[in-house]
Amino acid sequence: MSKLFSSENKEIFLNPLNANNPIAVQVLGICSALAVTSQLEPAIVMGLSVTAITAFSNVIISLLRKTIPNRIRIIVQLVVVAALVTIVSQVLKAFAYDVSVQLSVYVGLIITNCILMGRLEAFAMQNGPWESFLDGVGNGLGYALILVIVGFVRELLGFGTLLGFQVVPQCLYDWGYQNNGMMTMPAMSLIIVGCVIWVHRSFNKEEQK
Amino acid sequence: MANDKKKGLDTNGNIYTIVYAAVMVVIVAFLLAFISSALKPKQDANVENDTKGQILAALGFDRKAVDVQKTFAENVTDKVLNNGQLEDYDGPFLSSYGTALKNGDLHVFVAKTATGEDAYVLPVVGRGLWGGLWGYIALDATKTKVLGTYFYHESETAGLGARIGDRDFQEKFIGKPVCDAEGNVALTVVKDGAAKQDYEVNGVTGATLTSKGVGAMCTEGLAVYYLAGFAAQCEQPCQQTECDTTEVEQN
Repeated sequence: MSKLFSSENKEIFLNPLNANNPIAVQVLGICSALAVTSQLEPAIVMGLSVTAITAFSNVIISLLRKTIPNRIRIIVQLVVVAALVTIVSQVLKAFAYDVSVQLSVYVGLIITNCILMGRLEAFAMQNGPWESFLDGVGNGLGYALILVIVGFVRELLGFGTLLGFQVVPQCLYDWGYQNNGMMTMPAMSLIIVGCVIWVHRSFNKEEQK
Repeated sequence: MANDKKKGLDTNGNIYTIVYAAVMVVIVAFLLAFISSALKPKQDANVENDTKGQILAALGFDRKAVDVQKTFAENVTDKVLNNGQLEDYDGPFLSSYGTALKNGDLHVFVAKTATGEDAYVLPVVGRGLWGGLWGYIALDATKTKVLGTYFYHESETAGLGARIGDRDFQEKFIGKPVCDAEGNVALTVVKDGAAKQDYEVNGVTGATLTSKGVGAMCTEGLAVYYLAGFAAQCEQPCQQTECDTTEVEQN
């Protein structure tokens, strides 16, 4: 048991949350980070779905890694991810219909999320299943963390709500405060992601080159 | 099979690669086919339940709080418009109305709202920014005023176009007249804050194209029913109040 949670494994899990964050440092998965973050709720659900799928596809590829022919490894990875995403989407439709309606196309879009392929190729192909599982969960949560930050800022400033509840009080609107319509545009999330990366780098000096 | 190949085999060989790819594809195909067919009945039941829930939502029921199947059976009858007459529909319940509307099968749900008013629910379909839209519009007994709506979409952007699925937006339609003063079906959606006429509804900020899609879906979808003889009110110009009085006199 102690081996399962050794300091190296802790490192594998914690690294992607901060020092090697998939969005802020590896700059992977930006596309979906821009698309789903205009409100907090889809950002959270998307973050969790990606976490589940990176974790399990990492485990499967890690188990298969010694049998996979080198020349078609990307195809094999893609098939595993696509099959997993399809299964998740089918299961959601049968047992959690409301969630599947809410996620609509984004479940399918997880297949194209670069974090998945990036982690499979960079980590799961070289490491054992347990390390790969931790790496998948860590990267998924690192991704979710940035999505939640961006979703929080955009929903608060763009709609004056959080998770659909009004948080900006009516009296502010009475004094002339207005929701910032720009925040609802996808372009703003790119700018916010930029700001997040800027803040992140200024706290992590070693990344500055 | 895969186990035989694990050790002592050249994993870069052509034959190994081809066999590996073939076996993998077959396994995945069987797995997906199995899961899909095993879950199909449950998914279909969910979809049917969802459609009934959407119709109830247009009628003002809280679909999360009520037993959808039971409430639907008690309050809603599925009918078809044929030569201006409503006839009983005895086929299986349809979960989407796109094909039916295209084929000219105009379904009308004769129903009671959550508050017990008589209502007609008309299914409509349209196009948004990224994909299809659909909705259910509940009209009052005079067929001139909206009692409630429900809209949803295949793939509009979450947080923008997808907000047409929110109750806040759908409730803006309540009480709107279907027709303009000239007697044309006019219920539509305009840019947020630009609604001037009674029959115009403010759209969703940041989702102009989806809002336009909903507007077009309402106007065109309802017009199909009115042209097919669902109601005569829109054909002759009359103010809402005048129409109401003639109705009363006729009664």
